[in-house]
Amino acid sequence: MGFRHKDIIGLKDLTKEEIELLLNTADSLNEINSRDIKKVPTLRGKTVVNLFYEASTRTRTSFEIAAKRLSADTINISASTSSVTKGETLLDTAQNVLAMKPDIIVMRHAISGAHEFLAKRVSCSVINAGDGAHEHPSQGLLDMLTMRQKFGKLEGLKVAIVGDITHSRVARSDIYGLTTMGAKIFVAGPPTMMPIGIERLGNVTVCKDMREAVHKADVVMMLRIQLERQGKTLLPSMREYSRYYGLNPDMLALAKKDAMVMHPGPINRGVELASSVADCDQSYILKQVENGVAIRMAMLYHVCGGEPSEG
Amino acid sequence: MIEFQGVQMAENTVILDGNGVKRALTRIAHEVLERNKGVDGVVLVGIRTGGVHLAHELACRLLEIEGVEVPVGAVDITMYRDDIKGHAEHLPVGKTELPFGIEGKKVVLVDDVLFTGRTIRAAMDALMDQGRPSCIQLAVLVDRGHRDLPIRADFVGRNVPTSRSENIAVDFDADNHPTEVILQK
Repeated sequence: MGFRHKDIIGLKDLTKEEIELLLNTADSLNEINSRDIKKVPTLRGKTVVNLFYEASTRTRTSFEIAAKRLSADTINISASTSSVTKGETLLDTAQNVLAMKPDIIVMRHAISGAHEFLAKRVSCSVINAGDGAHEHPSQGLLDMLTMRQKFGKLEGLKVAIVGDITHSRVARSDIYGLTTMGAKIFVAGPPTMMPIGIERLGNVTVCKDMREAVHKADVVMMLRIQLERQGKTLLPSMREYSRYYGLNPDMLALAKKDAMVMHPGPINRGVELASSVADCDQSYILKQVENGVAIRMAMLYHVCGGEPSEG
Repeated sequence: MIEFQGVQMAENTVILDGNGVKRALTRIAHEVLERNKGVDGVVLVGIRTGGVHLAHELACRLLEIEGVEVPVGAVDITMYRDDIKGHAEHLPVGKTELPFGIEGKKVVLVDDVLFTGRTIRAAMDALMDQGRPSCIQLAVLVDRGHRDLPIRADFVGRNVPTSRSENIAVDFDADNHPTEVILQK
């Protein structure tokens, strides 16, 4: 069973076998990250361009470390310090980057679908590091890897996703990926942040009350309120949000005894996550970051061997 | 492959049967002991996947003969291959598990079949990334020739002259014990 995609745009496009292959590869590659010499020669001579049109610490650093551990050369381009500020379009920027012969472009963009647009027009591989409110496949995969390490499987898990679902690409990638792998997803959040029809994306149940979603959950995934993406009108106040949709020790007690607390980061302490919960034994937030490097190594490795997918 | 009444049939020859494999491994175990004057500082590292099973078999022999348990590790060479471009799709990656430091150790690298030598080159690079062993010795069950690189084995179960188009298969049972070695034409 191999991987036959030139690009990774979203988890919606991946089969169960392909997701399993990526998770298994990452599981094996995790060992490299614990060595004294954290480098293997696999992608020697390949060039990875990190093209980031949006702010990012974790994802960009993680992709860069992943590429370097596979011996690829990496170049980072941030929109804020590039010719994009001089009015260059996405395609023009990409074609100029392409003229320098990279093998993989890792891109983050504020517009949903930007990657699909680009992947159809360039010859190199495109990996989505987040596009608007669409998908964030590497985050979805590392979430699944972290869950699988704890429970041994994903099938049958109850996963609660709480917060700003409308603006969350993490929620969408988690929903697509976890549905493919046989988990059940329960979403909760303010009605103004709950997109209509979200239950049609996969095995999703919409809960009116956060307690309903968290009740007997194996995993509680908390999301950040994305203030940069919305007007101020969706929430009466942060205090009210925190009271109804924040995870505090009392709320966590409703979940299964050994439930995992997860968060894609950056966390807003005291808003969606009580500080004591963020730092408790059940919190896997830093484990997610650790697994992120291995997952991104697996993605870079497999797209390098993939062929253009048909259609 | 030969053609028989329009049907492609594989012609198989058994090179080593179950007892043959056992005898070869026992001899290799004795040779390892002779070369290293015992098992002091010796570790076995199998190349995934066949080599790992054989490394465990060798460890059992060494325990029987010397009464000492020799540590066994596994190395996966996928990330060290030199033919990544040649594959339409990438192979799954196995785990490298070295539950001991190899610094200063006498490493006996174990594989089932020695062919071009490229796998051994990759395995040696993988080992060197983890430390500096005092030496690396190579033990293989079958040496079939056709080297692309200047590599030779220190311990060989059986030398088998082959053509490049033939295939050598080492079979294992459900408990990962080697059962036989077959030459497929």
